[in-house]
Amino acid sequence: MNAITVRAPTAETPITPITREKITIHDLSFFYGEDKSLKNINLTFHERQVSALIGPSGCGKSTLLRILNRIYALYPNQRAEGEVWLDGENILRPNQDVNLLRAKVGMVFQKPTPFPMTIYENIAFGVRLYEKLSRAEMDDRVQSALTKAALWEEAKDRLNTSALGLSGGQQQRLCIARTIAVKPQVILLDEATSALDPISTAKIEDLIDELKREFTIVIVTHNMQQAARVADRTAFLYLGSLVEEGPTSQMFSNPKDRRTLDYVTGRFG
Amino acid sequence: MNRYTRRLTRNKIWLGLSIGAAAFGLFWLALILSTLVWNGISGLSLSVFTQMTPPPGSAGGLLNPIIGSLILTVLAVVIGTPIGIFAGTYMAEYGRYDRLTFLIRFINDILLSAPSIIVGLFVYEILVIPMGHFSGLAGAVALAMIVIPVVVRTTEDMLLLVPNQMREAASALGAPQWFVISRVAYRAARTGMITGVLLAIARISGETAPLLFTALNNQFWSVNLNAPMPSLPVVIFQFALSPYSDWQQLAWTGALIITVAVLGLSMVARALTAKGVGQ
Repeated sequence: MNAITVRAPTAETPITPITREKITIHDLSFFYGEDKSLKNINLTFHERQVSALIGPSGCGKSTLLRILNRIYALYPNQRAEGEVWLDGENILRPNQDVNLLRAKVGMVFQKPTPFPMTIYENIAFGVRLYEKLSRAEMDDRVQSALTKAALWEEAKDRLNTSALGLSGGQQQRLCIARTIAVKPQVILLDEATSALDPISTAKIEDLIDELKREFTIVIVTHNMQQAARVADRTAFLYLGSLVEEGPTSQMFSNPKDRRTLDYVTGRFG
Repeated sequence: MNRYTRRLTRNKIWLGLSIGAAAFGLFWLALILSTLVWNGISGLSLSVFTQMTPPPGSAGGLLNPIIGSLILTVLAVVIGTPIGIFAGTYMAEYGRYDRLTFLIRFINDILLSAPSIIVGLFVYEILVIPMGHFSGLAGAVALAMIVIPVVVRTTEDMLLLVPNQMREAASALGAPQWFVISRVAYRAARTGMITGVLLAIARISGETAPLLFTALNNQFWSVNLNAPMPSLPVVIFQFALSPYSDWQQLAWTGALIITVAVLGLSMVARALTAKGVGQ
């Protein structure tokens, strides 16, 4: 049986206070063609908290994440039904501008995806879409984004070199910096550390801890220790349904559902 | 003889056959190239690049067909490349899952392997007959119709090689689709797309058949697109078939010039591709 450590509430890390509801999912279903891959999900993500989605492969956790910025809409035959309320607006309504939504809800993917341009240009790319900044303002924005993503020290002397020359872990932090630079309100991380070595993973986990002061964060992870380490609340999905959701410590120590217990103790998945 | 030595022997036989076939093919290629260089280089002089095509028996050069070929090629690329790139972009990006894309791809593949003389006849029908005379413009249009399918194909192939995650990542920052295509997908596919255009240039610079019915030829200096225009391949065709040895010499030299130009383009394309892989 896996021993999973959960941060005990201490003076330094008190139990996360309940914050405002940022995203509320109501009766959400998702279809790949005729195939129903998410079944009537109801779930809430709170502001300035880290929420983790866990579950075995194919349970629908990435699918759920990809609905939150409607990135699924790039592909035909993919369809969501139900409601996803972000700050009182249903983002699934047909007249929702998906580009504005995505500027508000950033996403970092499993594989690092630096654009084939310089480090500086990678970050300026998204900013230029929505803001007209002077050169000096843009320099500041690039520096602050790289600093928040813990990449500034490593990258400051090579801002004008190709981003493809960075290591995998650095590239992923660049992708996080690029996302932060647009000043989103929500950041989605889709198994963002699964392609990285343990040291890079630790850096990104520390980063997530920092970022939640400012952003609402939803992560999808295969790694239950990771969910236990970084998430305030955890939701367990199985076969397209939400089995259980609650504070991370409770989910890992005293889950209500038998299936959750089996999964977090490594009996299947 | 045990199984092992038998296997070794069999390997030697196959290796011998493969090397033999490669050597046989290379031998003829080398023979063609060396004959071309041998016969072409002796006629190479400054006057080839400074004088017009001569009447039989007098001195002259290839200036007017060289300039004609350059004009026809550049114009064909200017017409054909944007059409090819936009069509390829539609197929790989906007209409990737559309039925129309399958239809375009099918027709494009036919066009890609269509004999170029048919392209010449087609342009003869749609341009030369209505205009009432041969013209450089008709020649350029015919060459453009050979450029288009090559560029469509390479553009689509190269864009399809750009991982979807790259498009998702750019879209996830709030970039609209045209921006994702022009700033990210094109940039990632750039070297391959340029290589496609270079290969198309290499392809049309030696084409004779589509020009025979369109640009025809011109013994004199002519940069008028509304009049018949000389080109290297057609001049080579005409001069090589003539009984005059000085014309035949110019044909050899012209062939050498085209070959060296195409070789240069292919090397640039190669170098770009190698660089593209390294990215």
